[in-house]
Amino acid sequence: MNATAMDLLIWARGTGFSLALAIALFGLTLRVFEILSLGRKHDFAPAREDSPGSGLRTVFSRSLPLPGMAQKSPITYFGGYVFHVGLLLVIVFFVPHIEAIRAVIGLSWPGLPTAVIDMVSVATLLALVAVLFDRRRNKVKRMLSGFGDYFAWGITFLPMVTGYLAFHHLVLDYTLMLAIHILSVELLLIALPFTKLTHVVTLFLARWYNGDWFGRRGIAS
Amino acid sequence: MSANLQRGYNALKEVLDAPIASYFSSCVHCGLCAEACMFYTESGNPKYTPIHKLEPLRRVWFQEATLAGKLMRLVGLAKPVTDELLAEWSPLVYDSCSLCGRCSMVCPVGNDIAYMVRKLREGMAASGNAPEGLVGASKRTVAIGSPMGVKWPAVQAQIRHVQKDTGLTVPVDQAGVEYLVLMSSMEIMNYPEYLAALTRIFHKAGASWTLASDAFEATNSGIQIGASDIAREIVMRIVNAAERLQVGTVVSPECGHAFTAIRWEGPNLAGRTFGFKVKHILEVLDELRRSGRLRTKGNKSIPMTYHDPCQIARRGGVVDQPRTLLQMVASDVKEMDEHGAMNWCCGGGGGVSANERAEPLKLKAFARKKAQIEQTGVKTLVTACANCRITLEEGLEHYGMNITVLGLTELIAESLDDETTSADGGAA
Ligand code: SF4
Ligand code: SF4
Repeated sequence: MNATAMDLLIWARGTGFSLALAIALFGLTLRVFEILSLGRKHDFAPAREDSPGSGLRTVFSRSLPLPGMAQKSPITYFGGYVFHVGLLLVIVFFVPHIEAIRAVIGLSWPGLPTAVIDMVSVATLLALVAVLFDRRRNKVKRMLSGFGDYFAWGITFLPMVTGYLAFHHLVLDYTLMLAIHILSVELLLIALPFTKLTHVVTLFLARWYNGDWFGRRGIAS
Repeated sequence: MSANLQRGYNALKEVLDAPIASYFSSCVHCGLCAEACMFYTESGNPKYTPIHKLEPLRRVWFQEATLAGKLMRLVGLAKPVTDELLAEWSPLVYDSCSLCGRCSMVCPVGNDIAYMVRKLREGMAASGNAPEGLVGASKRTVAIGSPMGVKWPAVQAQIRHVQKDTGLTVPVDQAGVEYLVLMSSMEIMNYPEYLAALTRIFHKAGASWTLASDAFEATNSGIQIGASDIAREIVMRIVNAAERLQVGTVVSPECGHAFTAIRWEGPNLAGRTFGFKVKHILEVLDELRRSGRLRTKGNKSIPMTYHDPCQIARRGGVVDQPRTLLQMVASDVKEMDEHGAMNWCCGGGGGVSANERAEPLKLKAFARKKAQIEQTGVKTLVTACANCRITLEEGLEHYGMNITVLGLTELIAESLDDETTSADGGAA
C-alpha cells in the first residue's frame, strides 16, 4: 500500500505535474489566441479626450463592487472575495507550495505561518460551500448553472479539501492523501483552459475591452 | 438549415470579435448582471438575466470560435442554433433589453453585455426574428425618411409655427453655418417646443445654424433593430447633408439613441471619421454657457430631479453638462439615489418603446424608475430625451403618479436672459 502510494506520489510530483502544467499553459495560450485572433474593428468615432475611464483602470476597478451591489448579492461578493483571496494566499504563501514553485522556476519568497494558512484554508472551504449553496438557492444562478459550473466548483474544492486533510493527517495515510492532493491540482490545471475557470486569464482581456469602450465614451466603468 | 436561419447564423458569425469572445470566455455565471437590470429586478423572472439573453450568440461563438466547440459540433454534441431558438429568444433580445448598459457596469469579469445584445440583434434581424413594430419603423425610415413616417412638409408646418410664435427665422439648407441641427420624429410629432427652444437659444447666442430638408431625422431604427445596412443608409443621409452644407458641427437631438447612432456608431457605419464634429445638444448648450453666449436669468425654486437618458450618460459620456445647465435655472435639484453613469433606465430605450409586444413588460420595468422618483419626493422630473420623456409620461400615467416631465432644452429656453440680444450675445 505504502509503496504504491509512494509511486503515485512520485509520478504525480514528476511526470504528472509536468504534463498537467504543459496542458494548462498550452490550453490557456490557445484560448487567448482564439480570442485575439478574432480581432476588433477599428473605431472611427473620435474618442473623448478627457476621459476618466480606460481599459487599464477597469482591469483593477472591476475588483470592487459598485455602491449598493454588495447588499444585493452578499454571498456572491463576500463568499467570492473570501475564496478568491483565500485560494491565492494558500497557493502562493504556504511554505511547501513555495518550495514546489522554487523547484520549477527557481524563485522563492517568505511564506505565511502555518496557523494563518490553516485559518485561511478553513475560511476558503466554508466560502466555497456557501457559494455552492447559493448557486442552488438563488434562482438566477440556478438557471444559469449547468454541469460545467458544478464541475468547476468540484475541481476547485478538491485540491483545497485534500490539501487540508493531508496537512492534518486526516482520513487517509499522509502519502496517499498528498498524492491525491497533487493529482487533484493537476486535474484543476488540465481543466483550467476548458471550463469557466479560464476566466482567471481572460477576465483581464474582458475588463480591458469593457473599460476601453466606456473610456472612449468618457465614462469610468 | 432554413434560408432565414442561414442568414441569421452568418450575420452572427460576422459580428464575432475579440471583445465578445473574451466576454463569453470569462462569464462565471455569478448572476450579478441580473441585479443590474430592471427587467429582471421588477419582474423577478430569471429569464431576464442579461447574460441569458445572449444564448444564441454564445452558441455561435462556441462552435465557430473555440477549438472545443468545433470538436463538439463535429461529433454533434454542441447545442445547435435553430429557428425555434431564435424565435424563442426574440422577446428576450428586443422586449427585455433597452441596451441601457447598466449590466455592463456591474459584471465582475467585465462583460459588456449591452454591446453583445446590440450585435445579437444583427442575427435576429437577418433571420426575420425582429419584432413587427421595429421592422415597420425601419421600413418607414428608409422609404420616407423617418421611423414615425414624418415627412419634410410636417417639419415645414412646424417651422411655420415656430416662426410665428418666436418671430424668428428657422434657417433651412444654409451652407457654411456653425451647427446642423437634427431632430427626432418624437420631437417633431410630440414636442414642438424643442425646435422653438433651439431657435430662441441659438438666436440669443448669435450662433449660425440650419436644418437640412433632406436630413432632419436623427433616430436610427436600423441600429435598434440590428440592421447595419439600413443604419448606414440613415447615417449617410446626415453625413451627405452635413458635408454638402459644410457645417462645423452636427447637433444630435436630445434623443439618446439618435446620439449613439450618429456620434458613436455613425463613423463606423460610414467606415471613416467625419469631417465635422458630432455633439449632443447638451454638450453644445454647455459650451455656449462656458463661452458666455448662453445666459439665463432667474431661478426656479420648485424642487426638480433629473433623469439621465442611458445613451447620453452611461453610453455617451454626457453626465456633468445637464447638471451644470440645470443648476443655472433651478435652485433645488435633488439627485436620485443612483444617477449619472449608474442611472436606471426608463425601460423604453433600444427600440422597446417602438415595439408594441413589449408594452406590458416595459410598464413593469418602469416600477424601478417610479421608486427612484418617489424616493426624491419631487414633483418635477427633467430629462433630455424625447423617447425617455414619452416612456416616462406613459409610466407615470400608468401608475397614477402626478409628476410633471420637462425637457431640459426647453427649460433653458424659458429662462433665457432677455436683456442680451443676439448682436452682443457673444461679446457681453
Ligand atoms: S455578471 Fe458577468 S460573469 Fe456574472 S453571470 Fe452576468 S455576465 Fe456572467
Ligand atoms: S443593457 Fe440594460 S436592459 Fe439590457 S440587459 Fe443590460 S441592464 Fe438589462
